[in-house]
Order: sequence, then structure tokens, then C-alpha cells
Amino acid sequence: MNYSDTSIAATTPFLSLENVRKTYPGVVALDGFSMEVRPGEVIGLVGENGAGKSTLMKILGGVTTPDTGTITVDGIAHKDLTVEGSLGSGIAFVHQELNLFDNLDVAANIFFGREPLRAGPLRLVDRAKLREMVAPLLKRVGANFSADTQVADLSLAQQQMVEIAKALSIKARLVILDEPTSSLPIAETDKLLDVIKALKADGISVIFISHRLHEIERVADRVIVLRDGMLAGTLGKRDINHDQMVKLMIGRMLKEREKASEAGRAPGAVALSAKAVRTPTYPSRPVDLDVRRGEILGLAGLVGSGRTELARVLFGIDASLGGTLELNGKPLALASAADAVAQGIFLVPEDRKLTGILLDLSIAQNISLPNLPAHAKRALVSNSAEVVTAEKQKKNLGIKAPSVQTRTGTLSGGNQQKVVLGKWLAMNPKVMILDEPTRGIDIGAKAEIYGLMRALADAGVAVLMISSDMEEVIGVSDRIAVMHEGQISGILDKDQFSQENVLLLAVGKPANRP
Amino acid sequence: MTKKDLGLLILILVVGAIVAIINPRFLLPINLANTSNLIGLFGILSIGQAFVIITGGIELSVGSVVALLGTLFIDFIAVRGVGWPIAFALILVLGAIIGLAHGWLITRLKLQPFVVTLCGLLIYRGVARFYTADGTAGFAFGQNFPTLEFLTAGRSYGVPNSFFALVVIAIVMWVVLHRSVFGRYLYAIGKNEEAAKYSGIRTGRVVMAAYVICGVLTALSAIYFAMYTRSISPASHGQFYELYAIAAAVLGGFSLRGGEGSLIGVILGTVLLQELQNLVNLLGIPSSLNFAVMGGVILIGVLVDQQWGVFRARRRMVDAARKGAVGAAAE
Repeated sequence: MNYSDTSIAATTPFLSLENVRKTYPGVVALDGFSMEVRPGEVIGLVGENGAGKSTLMKILGGVTTPDTGTITVDGIAHKDLTVEGSLGSGIAFVHQELNLFDNLDVAANIFFGREPLRAGPLRLVDRAKLREMVAPLLKRVGANFSADTQVADLSLAQQQMVEIAKALSIKARLVILDEPTSSLPIAETDKLLDVIKALKADGISVIFISHRLHEIERVADRVIVLRDGMLAGTLGKRDINHDQMVKLMIGRMLKEREKASEAGRAPGAVALSAKAVRTPTYPSRPVDLDVRRGEILGLAGLVGSGRTELARVLFGIDASLGGTLELNGKPLALASAADAVAQGIFLVPEDRKLTGILLDLSIAQNISLPNLPAHAKRALVSNSAEVVTAEKQKKNLGIKAPSVQTRTGTLSGGNQQKVVLGKWLAMNPKVMILDEPTRGIDIGAKAEIYGLMRALADAGVAVLMISSDMEEVIGVSDRIAVMHEGQISGILDKDQFSQENVLLLAVGKPANRP
Repeated sequence: MTKKDLGLLILILVVGAIVAIINPRFLLPINLANTSNLIGLFGILSIGQAFVIITGGIELSVGSVVALLGTLFIDFIAVRGVGWPIAFALILVLGAIIGLAHGWLITRLKLQPFVVTLCGLLIYRGVARFYTADGTAGFAFGQNFPTLEFLTAGRSYGVPNSFFALVVIAIVMWVVLHRSVFGRYLYAIGKNEEAAKYSGIRTGRVVMAAYVICGVLTALSAIYFAMYTRSISPASHGQFYELYAIAAAVLGGFSLRGGEGSLIGVILGTVLLQELQNLVNLLGIPSSLNFAVMGGVILIGVLVDQQWGVFRARRRMVDAARKGAVGAAAE
């Protein structure tokens, strides 16, 4: 390994993984992966969504155990690293979603559950002592706020600092930052990168996971690239640059797999058109997007780039903060999802169990729900009409269940997703928005869902598919729109499709010309 | 009828049998008629509450609404000389407006149901007391409204007409809750409001409608209560009635999280509560213990129901594990 910093290379690794393999039913999440982290080293960990980063994190946190392979922390080999084992050996996590109590102050958060107590039976918190303990930690992370500030009053970067201070308070020797900057504005990001440098100076190791490659360039001593659960390559300090990382992330060119659409299809007229639409999450970033009849428009982008937020606006869940929507050339006003449904605009949401279906209702009840008045006589629900509709969709989609009266909560993920699809297919869609339609679904059902989307497009429906699965986006779409920080950073036509182009647009750089 | 409803019915019959054995006066026609009158009055109130609870909400102001609207009703017909059918309609409209206001605050301004209706509880009680200057609203000597009195406080074939009113309302509301499109929406929203919204249901309107239904049924029961007591002192009339209604729904199998419960359940819950009141009177238990007895029984009932659920879930898991083990061995 090419260490530029010889002082680091000389030390023994704090953490090393050897030949780690982890499989889930149907998926190999990590395959023969090895890495090591030395004291005071900042490692940049990059890879596409689904490359195995989360699995790696879960293993390091002791949340799951690998099938095979060894983990050595501080010279001690752990066969099954537990959560306590991980914490006890000084590994601390700062997650993308912060785990802070925003109704408590900074000091209370840092020492939550470990508060210094005053003598006596009342177990009162010794506030003076607590403040004394917190002060040096805050100083080390360069905090510009006091220990008794309410967490709710802090900016996101400041909250990250609290998390890092918390990690320091348990004498962490390795701090793992999982996408800490994905929701931070630029100025805040700089502060966080400074904190990472300060940690390094104290001899603490850092694993920094980020999609923002230029940040990795700035702080990492070494970059580890994951691809398809395997180590795609390691870059030493001198070799770290944007292009190298992208090249390793993509690796071999995609096999020309699943040519879902025939070439030379004439694009249809624009069905759904968004003009200068602004979502509540990115209020200053207008989005322009046209979805045409008969096409599958893939919407790619990194997690947090604003794709789901856009879908929520197009489906009427959130109001747009400006701009206009048009359906088939006519202005479209959406005050609620009910308005969108009435116009034939349907959404298969990202979170199936929370928003896609009602787990306590049966398949038939879920399928009829959006169109219940059509299954009723004089405002009374006709169970037989519901069953007829549901049976049709069950057969059509191949939903595997004992009967249409089965509770959807008992079905597998793939079958639940088919129920969500079934409820919209029963209603004659004009625009179908699918948000991560194949996430958490087995390979067989995936292929069926691809076939279904294509059939919809062939029938003249405008299909908008949000997906973080690169192969899926490239394999299924007719055109690909890519979002970056709330805006469409580019639209790729078929002849420009490549993982590299999608990734370049996703990190806010221009795509290569064909 | 669900298993839960059946269990409740059996409990009602067992308690009834025990009370009847200890004190045979329980079965006297006059006692049964009185009890069924109270079941009618509280039943109408509780059905309204049930429609709100099914959405995952709560309506705490019903006791005060009973006081305010009852006072207004008696004032309208006894003092202001408004024809009783007009006054009757007016009170129902007022009930609907109160429900609409609560529903609007909850769905549009996103206030918590508990807070909105707690404020309602305080406001309406205060307004009622102010309206009568803390006096008593009642009829003058010899003032009679034969038709109204027959419909509200009268009897047919020895059965109080208020009980018949409950039966009619219960049947109508059973159809609404268990057979109509609106009823399905209520359950869907109670189970998972987000998913219902993502299915294109106008959840705000549906929830608002539930509060309107509660308001109208509360107004109706307010008239019945007013005609039953015939004089109202707004400082105490209807006090704690919201808790009777909530207790009836909870006893009847409603979950305060929403999405669970049946109309038969809330009626049976009302019956059990009134039976317990009657029991306290007939068995010579000091009436000051009234609330304590009710609270104890509700607590035990809910506890048994919950523990039974835990027990069944555990047994199902053991069964599944056993089946799984057999399946694995067979492979």
C-alpha cells in the first residue's frame, strides 16, 4: 500500500478486516472484503448506493455479524463483534440521521445516561461537574456554541459536532462519519472538515463516507472504493482525485443487460410537465422536468438529492412553492394527493409499509381504497365488487397470497409492492411515478416489475421511475434525468447512457458528450 | 359480532345475573326502564365519541356541550317561545358547527385533538354558566310540550323512547361505520393516516366529518338529557360525561390510537357502564364509590383484554416456531 505519510504506515493498524463476507437472501452484500485503518488515519470510503457501505458499517457497529472473515480491533480478534464490543473498543458512529434529543441541551446529550451525579439519594445531576466535563470536548471539536444551548437551536453542522463530541466522550479511537455532509450547506461543511482534521491531529482514526468526492479529496489520507460488495481499489494520498474515484466506483462497463426498450421509439407528447417547481426541502432550487407519454424517464441522483421531494410535489402531497404543473398541456393544480389521483397521476411511494399500503387491511381493501366510490352502491361498499377488482389484479400481477382477503401485512415485500401497483393499475393511470420500486424486493419480482413498467409505457402511460440502483436506471429507462442538490443537473438520452455520466451529473459535474 | 363483543355481552349477562340474585329489584320493570333510558341517553353520546376515537382523535368537550346546548334548548322553548321543532333543529345545527370548528382546528391548523377539545370543555362550560348567570334553566310551572316530552322522555310499550332512539341511531350508524365508503375511510385513516392520504383520500375532510357527526349526536343527546332532567344548572350538568363516553368506547374495544372498534362494542360498553351504576345503587354500595367502581372495572376489563392478546400472540409464536422446527427437520 502506498502511504505517503510514512509515520502512519509504520504504526500497527487499529482496525483490520480480513476476507469478510456477508450475504443476505439472494444478495451478496460483501464479498471477500479486507481493509485496515491505522491510528490517526482518515479514510475516505466511497461507492455507489448499494455497493456494500451500509453492510460494512453494520458489521463495524456490531449490528450484524459477517458470515465469514475476521475483524481485529486494537490487536484483539473478534469472531462476533457485538454492539457492546464495538463501543467498548472505541468505535463511534456519527450517522447521517442524527440521534440527538433536540429538546435537551448540548451537555445533556453528550453525557446522556452517563450524567455525573451529586451525592445523596436523590440522584440529582451535578450540573457544574457536567459542564466541566463537556467544555474540553466542545473545545476539541471547535464548537462555537455553549454547553447549555438547546440542540434544537443548533445548525446541522453544529449538531454533527455534538455527535462527534459525544464520540470523543466515550474515548473513541475510530470515528465513523456516515454521509455527514449530505445535508449541509458548503460553509457548514468546511467546519466539519476542520473537525476531522482536528481528530486526526489527536491520533484518532476517521472513516469518512461521502458521496461528495471533492470533500474526500480534501481530507482523506487514503480512499477505499467499494463496488458490488468488493474492494474495487485503494488510492493513496497522491492518487486521490475525482476521476480516479469515479473510475473505480464504476469499474467495468455495464453489460448490455435487459434492453427493456427497442431503439428508435418515437417519443410521445409531453404528459406531465413541471416548470420551475420548488420543493419545501430545496426552496431556492427550481426544477423543470417533462415526462412524455410512452416513456420511462429514470430519475437518478444521490440519496438526499431531492428526488422523493419532487415526487411528493408531483403527487400533490406537498404544495410546490412556486412554478406551474401541466398535464397534457393543461394547467394542473394539485391541492392534495386526491387531486392527483383524480387526474390519473399515481405514486408508488418509497416507503411501502408506511405510505404504500395499509398493513392491517386486506389485499382487496387496499386495492379498492383509492377508488372506493366505484366499488359502492349508494355509498355502501360492495364487497363482491372489491373482490372482482382485486382478483383481476392478483391474477394480472401474480400476487402470491392465499386469497384477496389476506392481510397485506403478512405478504412478502415483492407481493406488497404488487398490491401497491395493483391499486393504481385498476384505475387507468396517465402518469405513474414509482419511487425506488424494487428496493428490498427479490430478483424475480424485480424483473416482473420492470416488465410491468414497460407494459405501462407501451400503453401510453408516462412513467417516472426514481431509482438509486445504477444498473436499473440504465437498463430500464428511455431517458435519464439526474438530480443534484435539488435541481435537475442534466438529462441523458439513450446514446449518452453510462454509469459515469449518471454519476458525474449526480455529483454536479457535466456529463461527457457522446 | 366479534369475539370481543361476545365476551363483553357475556360479562354484561353474568354481572346482571349476579346483581339480580343478590337484589331481585334489579329485574323490576321500573328499574329496567330507568336503566334503559340512561343507556339510550349515554349511548347516543358514546356513538358520537366513537366516531372521533376511530380516527385516532378524542373529544373531551362533550360534557360541556351537553350543558351548553341543553341550557340553550330549554331557554329557547321555555323562555324565548321558539317552537320546539325549530329549537330542536337549531340545537343540532349548533352541535354540527361546534364539531366543524373542532375538526377545522385539528385538520387544517394541525392542533392536537386533546388540546382543542380540552379548551372546548372549558369554554362551553363557562359560556353556559354565563348565559344563565350561574342560575338554573328550567320550565315554568305547568309548561308542557306533550309531543316533545313523549318523544324524549316518554315510553312506548313500557320501553323508554330514548332507548328506541338509540336503537334507530345505532342501526343507522352501524351501516355508516361498517358498510359505507365513509366508514371504510375512517378505519383507513385511523390505521394509518399517511397511507390513506397516499391512496388519494381527502383525510382532512373525513376527519372533520367525524367531529361533525360527534357534534350532532352530542347535541341530540343534550336535548334528551335536558328533557330528562327538565332543569339544568350549567355548573354541574353533564360533568364527566365525556369520560363516560370515552370509557364506553374503550370498554367496547376501541383503541385510542384509532382504527379499531365496532359499533356494537360501544353500545355494549355503554350498557355495562350503566349496569355498574345500577349495581352500585342496588347493592347498597356507598354512591360516593360510584366512580371508583367504574374505574376499577374498566381497568380490569382492559387489562384482561390486553393480557389475553399477549397470551394469544405468544401461543401463535410458539406454534409457528414448532411448525418451523418440524419443517426444518423435514428438509
